[in-house]
Amino acid sequence: MTNATDISENPLPLARPRYRRSVAGRIIRWLRANLFASISSTVISLLLISLLAKALISLVRWGYWNAIWTVPGDQTGACRAIRGLGACWAVIPEKFRFILFGTYPFDQQWRPALATLTFIALFYLSSRRGFWGKKLVLVWAGALVLIGVLMWGGIFGLPYVSQDRWGGLPVTLILATFGLAFGFPLGIVVALGRRSNLPAIRSLCVLYVELIRGVPLISLLFMASVMFPLFMPDGVNIDKLLRAQIAFVLYAGAYLAEVIRGGLQAVPRGQHDAADALGLSYWKKNGLVILPQAINHVIPPLVNTFIAFFKDTSLVLIIGIFDLLTTAKTSIIDPAWQSFSVEVYLFVSLIYFAFCFSMSRYSRHLEAQARSR
Amino acid sequence: MTTLMPESRRTRWRALLSRQRLSGLFWQIVVVGITIAVVGWLWSNALHNLSVRRISTGFAFLGREAGMPIADSWLAYSPKDPYLRAFIVGIVNTLRVAVIGIMLATVLGTLIGIARLSANWLLSRLAAIYVEVLRDIPLLLQLLFWYVLMQGLPAARSAWKPVDGVYLSNRGLVLPSVPIGEGNLWVIGAVALGLMALYGLRRQLIAWQMADGRSRRIWPYALVLAVGLPALVSWGLGVSWTVTIPELRGFNFVGGLILAPEYFALLIALVTYTSAFIAEIVRSGIQAVDKGQWDAAKALGLRRGFVLRHIVLPQALRVIIPPMTSQYLNLAKNSSLAVAVGYQDIVSIANTTLNQTGQAIEAIALIMLVFLTISLTISLFMNWYNARIALVER
Repeated sequence: MTNATDISENPLPLARPRYRRSVAGRIIRWLRANLFASISSTVISLLLISLLAKALISLVRWGYWNAIWTVPGDQTGACRAIRGLGACWAVIPEKFRFILFGTYPFDQQWRPALATLTFIALFYLSSRRGFWGKKLVLVWAGALVLIGVLMWGGIFGLPYVSQDRWGGLPVTLILATFGLAFGFPLGIVVALGRRSNLPAIRSLCVLYVELIRGVPLISLLFMASVMFPLFMPDGVNIDKLLRAQIAFVLYAGAYLAEVIRGGLQAVPRGQHDAADALGLSYWKKNGLVILPQAINHVIPPLVNTFIAFFKDTSLVLIIGIFDLLTTAKTSIIDPAWQSFSVEVYLFVSLIYFAFCFSMSRYSRHLEAQARSR
Repeated sequence: MTTLMPESRRTRWRALLSRQRLSGLFWQIVVVGITIAVVGWLWSNALHNLSVRRISTGFAFLGREAGMPIADSWLAYSPKDPYLRAFIVGIVNTLRVAVIGIMLATVLGTLIGIARLSANWLLSRLAAIYVEVLRDIPLLLQLLFWYVLMQGLPAARSAWKPVDGVYLSNRGLVLPSVPIGEGNLWVIGAVALGLMALYGLRRQLIAWQMADGRSRRIWPYALVLAVGLPALVSWGLGVSWTVTIPELRGFNFVGGLILAPEYFALLIALVTYTSAFIAEIVRSGIQAVDKGQWDAAKALGLRRGFVLRHIVLPQALRVIIPPMTSQYLNLAKNSSLAVAVGYQDIVSIANTTLNQTGQAIEAIALIMLVFLTISLTISLFMNWYNARIALVER
């Protein structure tokens, strides 16, 4: 038997003790909701807090308290004395020029530095939606020429610097950027080829994509460094960096083709029919109607592919090209600094992380944008 | 008169069609022709260069003595063995890292993916940081980092000993183990057989239950098939299961299972790196399950853990499997980074062979063959699994 009076006799929720709207009250409420909501949650929180505290304390002790920030010259005795107890950050100011720019002539290193900044500016501009289109192609062409001039020199009074003296961050950026700049159009052509109704072209594209994607990147790089000279006629000798660059273009092309193909599949059939009805040619149809929509569909996965590709350039370490990771590994061959690889690797990780993290943030921002539209 | 119109239209159509067809044919011939010309040119260059360098093509070199030492191998191997044997050792080493890596990465990745969705703020934050940091640093750099840490561990004599019988030192991780002989393999085979029989039986029991609605107990059968059968085999053959505890003799460990630092570093790097990607896949898979499923389960008074295990995860699996497949493929391919720390997987051994014999084309062809086979096997298995768990609409 339920009626209104029964209900009103129950204590109202209003009667429960409430925290005042003070800062402390709000903090306590937040803690209760997010860390101590239930018994299991409380146990997890306490466990994590204790582990975290322990880890943080030993990290701060190693990285800050006991760390040594400078040593005179190559006198690393003090550093070696506290090895394992404290970091030797002195290795970074000592070696960072070599890590960033490799064996590029020391007094000319403003040039790769400027080239790196050009790359960063280029990436920034490419991320602005307002810039997408023909303008961006021109900007890219201009920037790549500028970077070539800066790195090689030989004109405008800049002394010539040969490719085998390049190293460090600019090489990583060159491999990644040129790989994408040439791999992207290749990927578009192959993706279209894979959906073409001409059987010979389709099977060639399938063969290319599946072969490249089926084997590790390292074997492609071995091919570029060992097998490529075998396939060239006598006397033709292509630079090692360029050979690796070609391998990267082929690699990027295959992976980008698959992403773009996904976008092509998402374009409704009616768009093809409408373009055909207008009498557009194959290239006009794809260039003006299909591809813009297809690529728009797959921008977030494209950015993710870019991130993966950027990280993958580090594999050239194995064939001995001086990219950022190789210079880092080489910088600690010096006997005085040999035992401080952890510090150097952390420094390089930070650089890679900065690039990849900003790209992944950007990809997430694009995804959110796409969802809200 | 009346038949003239359609007739002319038909001929015009035919003309158009044939023009389109002709141009299609033309382009195909052009592309295929160029491809054949380029490949032929490269091939003739290669033949010429090889004959100049006096390298004979073909796989005859596989029978020659390899003369390459392999430090870490599960198979018996000596440098006097032929190249073929070295390649097989390399394949086993690749599989050893890839298979165990895939299993561990799946478990770790799933746990972290679930942790990312935890209501506990600290846990979900930490999981997010783990994912973000590991995803944005190149795997090779992480591998070198782990390897350096491994080398920085204390020497064997002052090894860390977290639990009795487990040692961590710059010689790698040493665990207690059971020496596997022929008898042990028979017992393991019996377990596999028992589990397969159990699996078939379970399907049959479910089918019966579907038919008459009576539930039947499975655990007695499980006990007999998965425990009783192997125990009988073990007893019948008199197999020994004594655990050997590793001990330090002189400068090194004797007995037990020794995971070399190269192998251990590679495994940790592959597992942690891939688990970050798997965590993201698991998280988005769980989030893809309709919220109504959670609400309905909650309304029935089911507990969160139960809902996750029995209602949400099985549905999420359908979203998870396809991207998971490509992560498995990536892990298998990434295992080739072994060459950077000197773990002798198939790529490393092929590379050494290539330097010793100059058989570049054959060595790289073998790498490709092995990896294409591994990739295809993973894809086929995952496709089969995907088809099995696909939603059956009634």
